[in-house]
Amino acid sequence: MRERLSGNEAAAIAMKQINPDVVAAFPITPSTEIPQYFSTFVSNGTVDTEFVAVESEHSAMSACIGAQAAGGRAMTATSANGLSLMWEMIYIASSLRLPIVMSLVNRAVSGPLNIHNDHSDAMGVRDSGWIMTFSENNQEAYDNLVMAHRIAEHKDVLLPLMVCQDGFITSHSIENIELIEDEKVKEFVGKYKPEHYLLNDKEPIAIGPLDLQAYLFEHKTQQAIAMRNAKKVILDVAKDFEKMTGRSYGFFEEYKMEDAEVVIVCMNSTAGTAKYTADRMREQSVKAGVLKIRVFRPFPAEEVAKALAKAKAIAVLDKADSLNAAGGALFEDVTSGMFVNKIQVPTVNYVYGIGGRDTTSKEIESIYQDLLEIVKTGEIGNPYRYLGVRGCE
Amino acid sequence: MTEINANTPMDELTIGGNIYTAGNAKEFKTGDWRSTKPIFLSEKCRQCGLCFPVCPDDAIPVNKECKREDFDYDACKGCGVCAKVCPFGAIEME
Repeated sequence: MRERLSGNEAAAIAMKQINPDVVAAFPITPSTEIPQYFSTFVSNGTVDTEFVAVESEHSAMSACIGAQAAGGRAMTATSANGLSLMWEMIYIASSLRLPIVMSLVNRAVSGPLNIHNDHSDAMGVRDSGWIMTFSENNQEAYDNLVMAHRIAEHKDVLLPLMVCQDGFITSHSIENIELIEDEKVKEFVGKYKPEHYLLNDKEPIAIGPLDLQAYLFEHKTQQAIAMRNAKKVILDVAKDFEKMTGRSYGFFEEYKMEDAEVVIVCMNSTAGTAKYTADRMREQSVKAGVLKIRVFRPFPAEEVAKALAKAKAIAVLDKADSLNAAGGALFEDVTSGMFVNKIQVPTVNYVYGIGGRDTTSKEIESIYQDLLEIVKTGEIGNPYRYLGVRGCE
Repeated sequence: MTEINANTPMDELTIGGNIYTAGNAKEFKTGDWRSTKPIFLSEKCRQCGLCFPVCPDDAIPVNKECKREDFDYDACKGCGVCAKVCPFGAIEME
């Protein structure tokens, strides 16, 4: 079904087709429209979801935890400071092994106050035990949500999952999209059948008990193993999804990587600009490629490293600054993956687009030019670079 | 419920520490958290029934004749609420 939708509309439509038992959400720019659209589906009787209009994001995640623990399917959406307010419950959700699914519409975490896109909200929860997928456009935001429950609820995984898309750039831009028929989505997602749940009167259970020195380490390691297990499940679900839609998804997308010498690694909407720029570079006989990360948690370290092995210079783009004097989160993950897998390619980091700063194809081209210079001279210089900020090279 | 202890291998532990049976709080003895201890002076007690409803830990057993008995020190955390409500000085904290 061909449609034209914004990223937020696409996410809301996916939620409508999934028809979860509970949606609990609190409005925050730029994700507000998702629960807003969804609440109209509830009011119109298009879905039979219980919509909980909570008083804060802390309560939104708490309500989702309660609903999912009770035995229901729970979803929510948020951005930036909303996610910050959820922080405590984000960890509770993953440690209780509740496969809640969230739309995270990426926005800068204040302050100073900014409502526009960067990835500082997502990077803040990268170690919280949630599966994290990133979406280049409305289509991927939709597709990732349709695949989400099958991954999160798999018995070898049982972890919450967040689907990220760029605030405003994706969430508020209307683009063409290919929707899947309601019945097909329903069949694909399937019924939620938890093995243990609070409302099962045949098995009274307790969740989230006191877990001191003798046990917490093992329970955290179980989470780590589940995150590793998620890798296979993500690929299996993607295979089934491809059978249904013809759209193919892996851990990442390799764009013109077969013979690429200068490579940009990035996530979300910037990948679109990077692909466009790679095409322009190839017109000038530059062997440019793009590696777009789709699955950020679990991080496919070995696969990324292998995909980058033949490059001559790499730039990793981080749309959030770790403020650690040692590069952004994606840069750290990519370079650590390469190091561990004994792949040595000159690699530099660019922090870019903070607070919604526009990133143009001209700027992306300047990165490819920098990489060509690195290939030519063999000199990396400063590996911790900034793109498009005034007064910092 | 399967017995678990500090030597139980990880793959024998439930995920998230979930407990798939009910009524097992009594297996966790919290009495050793106590810093002050209530002493039941039975000769002063008139069995008025004010103390046991206020106990947050259900640490004052009541028998079939509806009379309170001595403290369950496995559960009593020594909060002293019972001593505060007793009108007859039949509970002393030490």
